[in-house]
Parts: sequence; structure tokens; C-alpha cells
Amino acid sequence: MFRATLKGLLSRKLRLTLAGLAVVLGVMFVSGSYVLTDTLKGSFDSMFTDAFSELDVSVSAEPKTVGEEHGQSTPVVPASTMEQIRTLPGVADVTGQVRLDGARIIGSNGKVVTTMGSPRFGASWAGEDSFVHLREGRGPSADSEIAINAAVAKAADVRVGDTVEVLTLQPKRSFTLVGIYGYAGGRDSMSSAHEIAFTLASAQELMLGQRDGFTSLSVDAADGVSHAQLRDTVKAAVGGDYTVRTREELKEHAEDQYSAGLGFFNNILLGFAAVALFVGTFLIINTFSIIVAQRTRELALLRAVGASQRQIITSVLVEATVIGTLASALGLAAGIGVGSFLGWIFGNITDMTTDGARIPAAAVISSFAVGIPITLLAAVLPALRAARIPPVAAMQQAATNDRPMTRLTVSGLIVTALGSALLGLGLAGDNAPMLLIGGGTLLSLTGVALLAPSLARPIAGAIGRLLAWSTPGSLGRLNARRNPRRTAITAAALMIGVALVTGMSVIVSSVNATLYEIAKNDIKVDLFVGADTAGVADVRLDPTVVDRTRNISGVASALGEYSELAEVAVGGRGPAMEHVSAYADLPMMASMWSLKPVAGTLGPLGPDQVVVDSGRAEQFQLSVGDTVSMRLAKGQPHTVTITGIYDRSGVMGGWLGGMDLVDDFQNQQLQWAFIQLDEGASESTVRAEIEALVADSPEISVSSTENLIDRASAEMDQVLTMVQVLLGLAILIALLGIINTLALSIIERTRELGMLRAIGLRRSQLMRMIAVESVIISAFGALLGVVVGSALGLAIVKALESDGITVTSLPWGDLGTYLALAGLVGVVAAIIPAIRAARINVLAAIATE
Amino acid sequence: MTLTQAPPQLGTAARAVDVWKVYGRDEAKVAALRGVSVELRRGEFTAIMGPSGSGKSTLMHCLAGLDAVTSGDVYIGDTKVTGLRDRALTQLRRDHVGFVFQQFNLLPTLSARENILLPLSIAGSKPDQAWFDRVVDTVGLRDRLGHRPSQLSGGQQQRVACARALVARPEVVFADEPTGNLDSRSGAEVLGFLRSSVRDIGQTIIMVTHDPNAARHADRVIFLADGEIRLELRDPTADSVLDTMKRLDAAARA
Repeated sequence: MFRATLKGLLSRKLRLTLAGLAVVLGVMFVSGSYVLTDTLKGSFDSMFTDAFSELDVSVSAEPKTVGEEHGQSTPVVPASTMEQIRTLPGVADVTGQVRLDGARIIGSNGKVVTTMGSPRFGASWAGEDSFVHLREGRGPSADSEIAINAAVAKAADVRVGDTVEVLTLQPKRSFTLVGIYGYAGGRDSMSSAHEIAFTLASAQELMLGQRDGFTSLSVDAADGVSHAQLRDTVKAAVGGDYTVRTREELKEHAEDQYSAGLGFFNNILLGFAAVALFVGTFLIINTFSIIVAQRTRELALLRAVGASQRQIITSVLVEATVIGTLASALGLAAGIGVGSFLGWIFGNITDMTTDGARIPAAAVISSFAVGIPITLLAAVLPALRAARIPPVAAMQQAATNDRPMTRLTVSGLIVTALGSALLGLGLAGDNAPMLLIGGGTLLSLTGVALLAPSLARPIAGAIGRLLAWSTPGSLGRLNARRNPRRTAITAAALMIGVALVTGMSVIVSSVNATLYEIAKNDIKVDLFVGADTAGVADVRLDPTVVDRTRNISGVASALGEYSELAEVAVGGRGPAMEHVSAYADLPMMASMWSLKPVAGTLGPLGPDQVVVDSGRAEQFQLSVGDTVSMRLAKGQPHTVTITGIYDRSGVMGGWLGGMDLVDDFQNQQLQWAFIQLDEGASESTVRAEIEALVADSPEISVSSTENLIDRASAEMDQVLTMVQVLLGLAILIALLGIINTLALSIIERTRELGMLRAIGLRRSQLMRMIAVESVIISAFGALLGVVVGSALGLAIVKALESDGITVTSLPWGDLGTYLALAGLVGVVAAIIPAIRAARINVLAAIATE
Repeated sequence: MTLTQAPPQLGTAARAVDVWKVYGRDEAKVAALRGVSVELRRGEFTAIMGPSGSGKSTLMHCLAGLDAVTSGDVYIGDTKVTGLRDRALTQLRRDHVGFVFQQFNLLPTLSARENILLPLSIAGSKPDQAWFDRVVDTVGLRDRLGHRPSQLSGGQQQRVACARALVARPEVVFADEPTGNLDSRSGAEVLGFLRSSVRDIGQTIIMVTHDPNAARHADRVIFLADGEIRLELRDPTADSVLDTMKRLDAAARA
């Protein structure tokens, strides 16, 4: 039996290749993500080994305030601690460094140099060592001098001797560029981070805002003292307020932090893997079903000569195992390729030398642990069907194709209902559990896939009518309806991709429509002054700008917003990190944003009084008059009283308080200034005058409401683009599925095609016939996908209504594009099968057996 | 054109001139046809007979423009088939040749009516209703036109195939073992029908068969052996065909 199985497998290798490809792709993304992560970890490792080669023990301060705990500010090691450590036994030397994100250079084009999310460090110059090498000039020796790393020099296009401007905690300041440095191994940067080196005194003043502190201390061990001993000595002396790490520990810590940043990247790859495998499952089920159908007589013969049902099942499953194993191995190999290629690209972008790909055991294990079970799972149904073939089928001319689909339809309805119910349950909850929503979506899609065969005849027939204006067209239409299960499952693979992206499109379109609606109806602010990019550095606005804008003619009112994170605790419940904003004039704020009270008032606030949105009030079970404990960046926690609750329907949400809170904010500069204009005032004139006011802060810009909304919707569109890339992958796999189905059908219908050619069907007509069948299958899939996806999207939008998404909008243009794209996929998928069909030798096809 | 009279049409419907068909190369060379020349007259029912491997099917495939000859020329009507490219060949088959296969070869997705009209709809031409009715009545399928092939018996399916071959009024109909898959009664029906289409409509039919009973319905029987024409009979009977076969067999053994 096993010999027979393996021989059969070899003879069908072509047909199985396509099914296997889906598994190969899925496994490729799984193993690729592991290889990438490990490869990059390897290059981090080598980078930090170089970077910390001259450091013995490092000391940094533990965060003490809310701001420090949440990275809004950095804990400082005071100079006194350095002096204390210097006197300890085993210490040869202690030096203090400053190195903090937030030094922004202005390039030769007059614009602030930005990075793709990597930090822009301002640091104290510690001289050259085995890691840092000056390439040109010298290190800074006066407070008006700086050196920069080569990555900054390239990005800013500046040369040694230039006068350059740098933004830090202080406003724009001019420096003379005296040196450009790189790092060991020819690196221009450390993992693409920009760095500007000041003298220690400048760095302290500009980056920390204080003269006698450091961000970390580097302690050198005396001869004969181990790093661990030194660490323990220092730790004992300075106490629990400080983190003391040896070189090894620091390296590990740094690597962990960098690797955590890769998680996002990894999740994308794993998302791709999930889609590839889910869609691929349909492809495998279909391929095995077709093969079982084609082998009906052979399998019946095996049964007739005495093979048991179990043996038949086993033979199909053995086949699946072999394919799964091969596909997993190929997927692993492809994953290693993709992972190391991405690693190489990443390395080139971020100036990291990669020491070649690293292949972790997890990549190998997960490849097979994913690939084989999925293939097996997909083969179970066809295997059971194969076992049910009666021995007498060996004697019959042809197996009957038309099995009733009642059971399939009923189970499809049940699964769809179950999925919808789960989804509904998930969406009804306040904190929608992702598991319920995800599972519900998956079940619903599966349910519709089960329903698809009974929809295939009427819908595919109707779609076909559009294409059946000629004889080849109507023959293609009839072929597409011929085996509804096959058409349905092939289309279902495409449906899933299209449904996911349609759902996302509907959500994004509704969110955007809501944003514009709110901007039109609720936002009474004409101009916003604030940071133009959500950069790494916290760019703020000088509060005096608000007073100065009021003097501009045409400005009716101006209001500043201060904003920070705070720990909010209610009753016995643990603290939550919440955005707290403060305004000098709450009623003005309420009118600018059309805030409507649902309880209490939105009048002027006294000390330690706040208002909160209705969503949070519900979440924390608060009503007017209640008190909450609010721990701000500095000082003792405030006990604040709620004087009003406003309707959470617009874009504005969170805790709004008065100026007394700002005293305990880390950053006492403005996040935003909101400007209202006089009736009839020229927006462009006022805007130009405000722009002149903030000319010294190149990162601050003046935007209209439309500008802001456009920017927000552009961000939403980026999310959509990501999903569309995913769709691309799903479409690719669905394309394989359609090619597979067509190719297998052509093999089945060789005799028929030969007859058609013999009685006068031209090659081009034959190819058109196959293209029409292909387009019908893909259009059917896309239509199902668009309908199901729109339903999913609308359900989610409906559920988000309480979160402020009040406008539902169907992106007709996008939906049309997806359908058109599906038609194109149909045509592309038909190319290879059509060529194969056209090459069929008429004589061989009709020759009697 | 009136269809009721039996026109004693003159001229050739198909013609082979010194046709060679050689498979393989060098040592493995096998000649399936060795310089066959034959003229098939209009309005005649010709049977091609011969043992397996005699080249009878190859001859038919070459005559029908399904297979290319190695040398020699083939004509259908006045058209020289040899040297035509695929597109022209396809058009020739569509417009001037009808086929009846042993395996019926109907499209399972189409009804009997649609199957019969298939050559016309491929060509994009309108059926002549009177002609269609006549063909349908001749094969006796009037009440089965809406059925799918799977709902028809083997004999009925083959009659649909015959009707399909005739409906485009081809120059010549090639029938490849048309009764090979039928029981004797259905076979006789199909043969009777082919016979009457020659007599009543003046259709030219060339049939390959190894069955003396089938061959006796023909006007003329051509015997092939080893790729050459050995003999031919006119107005055969089952006995004379069987006799000839025996003689050829004996000659081959001698």
C-alpha cells in the first residue's frame, strides 16, 4: 500500500506542486521571521560587543517619577554619586556621560534633519577609543563646538568648519562643526542612530538642563578586580536607587531593547504566514479533492481487490505527510533566504554589519510543526471522501458528480451563524476581546466558504452571463458551473483575502468620513500651532506664543494646551496611564471643540478640579463629585474632584484640568495652541504672522483643521496599505489555486478539448473559453469577498459607534478596484492553463483508449 | 437546394496522393502509410478496413486534417490540406469536415440540441431550421433534444454525435469506429442512419471499422494492410467482406 501511494505521488507531482506552494509560502514567512530576528540579534551582539569593549561597569539611576517611569524624562545620576563611587575600593576611575535622545540638527537645506524613528542623540564627547574613531577634524573642546557622527553629516550635508544650528531642550543654537566620527567596523552610525557630541558641560546643559548630573557613569575596575566584584561593591555603596550592570549585563540589556523593537516587524511576517496558511488550506483541500475524484476508479479498484477504508485514508494522509514535509523543507529554505535577505537590507539601512544569516532551531522546528499538520488537516476531508468510494465504482463508466449539497449548505449556515454570533458577542463588549472578534471572523469566513458551493451555480452563472456573448464564453460559463464545489473552494481562497481588505477599507473609510464630519461640525478651531511631526523628541511650544498671537489682528481667541501622561487611580483599582491635559480657560476649550456636558458643568475649574469624557467616566464608574488620585510627573499625587462629564462623541477625550496641574508636569511648555479667527479675517495672513512668531522653532508649524485631518487620514491610509500588501499575498495564493483548478480540470477534460478542436474550435477560442471560466471563478470569489468583507466592516464600525465612529461609509471606488483586480487575476491565472490546453494534441486527446 | 432528391454528385470529396506517414527516426523508423493514393467520391459511403496496425486510423486522420503527412498530398474538396497552418486547418475542419468518434465525445454540459448545434455556434453561423429539423428527424431525436448526454443511452448519444457531424453540411464526414462502443442493435441503428444520410442527403462518409457487419453498409470497402491499400470491394455483403479479410490474412501469413 505504501509503495502504491508513493508511486502515485510521483506520477502526480506536478499537480501537487501548486498545492504545496501555498504551504511553502506560509512556512517561508514563519521561518523567515525567526531567521531575521536571530540574524539581527547577531549583528546587535557584534555591535554592542564593540561598543562596550572599554567599559567595565555602568551605573544609571532608577526612575523615580511618573515622567521617568514612562520615558518622558530621564533619571539623572548626580555628580555627588560619581564622587562617592570614586572613593570605593577596586575603582580605578569613574567618568560620567550624557547621552539622550532629542538633539536635532538643522541641515544645509534649512530643515530639521529627521530619522526613520531612530533616536537623535545628544552626547558628551568622551574622546576616541577602540570603538569611536574620528574621520575628520577633532573632538569638541569649547562649548560652542560639536562633532557629529558620519550618519548625521551625510543626512545634514554639512562639513567640518561649517556653522550649524542645533535644537535641544534649549531653542536653536549655533555651533562650529569641528569633527566627524564613525565607529569600528566602518559603521557610520550605531544602528542608524544620529549622534551629536558636545563638550560635557554643553551636553549637561542642553540635554539634561542641569550642570551636575549624568545619564550614566562608566566605572573602571582596578587591576585584579573582576567586573562582578566591582558591580557588587558599587551596588552596595549606592543602594537601590541605581542600576549597576557589568559590561556583559549591559550588552544583554541593550540587545533586548533593540530586539524588542523588531517585534513589530516579526508580527507582520507572522501575519503574512497566517493568511498564507489559511488561504493555502483551501488550496490543499481542493487539490486533494480533485485528485481523489480523478482517481475514483483507481481507488475503487484498490477497494475491490481488498484494501480497507482505513488503508485508503492512510494512503491519502501519507501522501499529505510527504507533501507537507517537502513543502515545509522548501519553505524553511525559502525562509532562510528571505530572512537573511531582509537582514542584509536592514543591516545596510542601519549601518550594521551582519555576520551572515543565523538559523535558530526554532525556525526549523516551527517550519515543520506548522507545515505538516496544516497539510494533514487539509487532507482529512478528501481522505474520508476517498474512503467512501464504493468498490463498484471501479466498474462504472464515471462517478456521479452531482452529490446533493444539502448537508454542506446546512453546516455552512450553522457555522456562519456561529461565527456571526461570536463576532456579535465580541463587538458588543466594551473592551472587545480580540480572540472573540478574530475567531468570529474566521468562523464566519469558513461558514461562507461552506455556503459557497450552493451559491456557485446561480451566482457564477449570473456573472458568466456578462461574459457569455460568444460560444467560447458560454462554454466557459458552463464549465465554471459544472462542479460547484470545485469552483466554490477555489473562489473561497480569493474571497478571504478580498474580505479582509474590504473589511479594513470599510473601517478606514468610515473613520476618515467621521473625522471629516467632526472637523466640519464640531471643531471650531481655525488654526493649530504645534509640532509638525510626532518625532522621537518631544517638541513643545513656548507658552508666551499664545499671548503674542492674541495681539495679531484677525485672531479672535487663542488657547494653549498642556498635556502629559499621568497615573490615575480610582478607589481600590490599580493605576492606569492616562492623558491629562490642562487649559487656562475650560469654557473656551469646550466651545472650541463643541464639548457638551452630560453631567455637571464645563465651567471654569478651581484647583484640583477636572472634567472627563463619558467613555472614561463609564469605564472608571465615576460620576460628578467623585474624586480620583492623579499622580503627575512630579510632586505628590493630586486628589482631584470631577466637576463635569462631557459627551464622548467627538475626537476629544481624556482628563481636562486647570493650570494648577501644570506645576507638576515634567514639561511646562505647550503641546498645542488653538487659534480662532475673527469673522472675515484672512486665514493666510494670520497664518503667515503666526509662522513668523515661531520662526525660531523650525519643528513647529501652523496647520488648519483640514491639514490635521488630512494628516490623520493619511496615517489611516498607511494602515490600509499594509493590509493591501497582505491582500497581495492572499491574491497570489488564490491565483495559484485558480491555476491549479484550471490545470486539473484541463487534464480531466482532455478528450473534450480534443473533440472541440477537432470539430473546429480555434486555439484562440479555446483559450478564451478557459479565460472566461477563470474570470468567473475569480469574480465569484471577489464578489463574495466584497459582500462578506463589507458586512464584517460595517459590523465593526457599528460596534465602534460608542467610540465615536458615527459615520458609516462604503468606499465604492476601492470595492470596485478590488473586483476589477479580481477579474485581472482571473485572466492572469488562465494564461498558463490556456496555453497548455491550446497545446493539447488533438489526435492524442480523441484517440480511443 | 432541395434536399429530397438523391443527387448523384460527381467529383471527389477527399483525395490522398502518394501519402507516406513515417513515425520515429533512423533505425526506429516505422512507416504507418506507404504511398497510399485514394480518391473518395462525393455522395459515397466508404469503409476503410484492415487489421490493427494496418494504418487505417492513420489514413483517416491524415485525410481529415488531424494529422500531418510525411510526404504526399491530401485534398478535401478542392482544398489542399497538406501545408495548411493550424488556423486554416481548424477552419477547414469546422466548415468542411464532420466527425463521429467511437467514444461519442459529447460535451456533458450541453443539451443534445446544443451539442448538435455546437459546430455552427463555434463558427458563429445561424442554423438552417429546416435542415436542422430534417437531420434531427432522420436520427430520431426530436423528443430528446433537451436532454443532457448523461440522460441518453449510448446509441442515442452516438446519434447526437452523428447529427452534430451532419448539421454543418460538411464536404465529408469521418467516422472512427462509430459502432465500437455500442451493442449490436444500437450499432445497426447508427449504421442505418449513416447509410440513409448518404442515400437521402447525398452525404459523403468515410468510416474506419474492423467490423465486417458495419462495413457491409458501405458502397465501397478499402482494405489496408501494412500501410498499403491491398484491395477494394464495391457493394459489399458481410460475407464478401469476411471472405476478403480471410484471404488477406492468409496472404499475410504466407
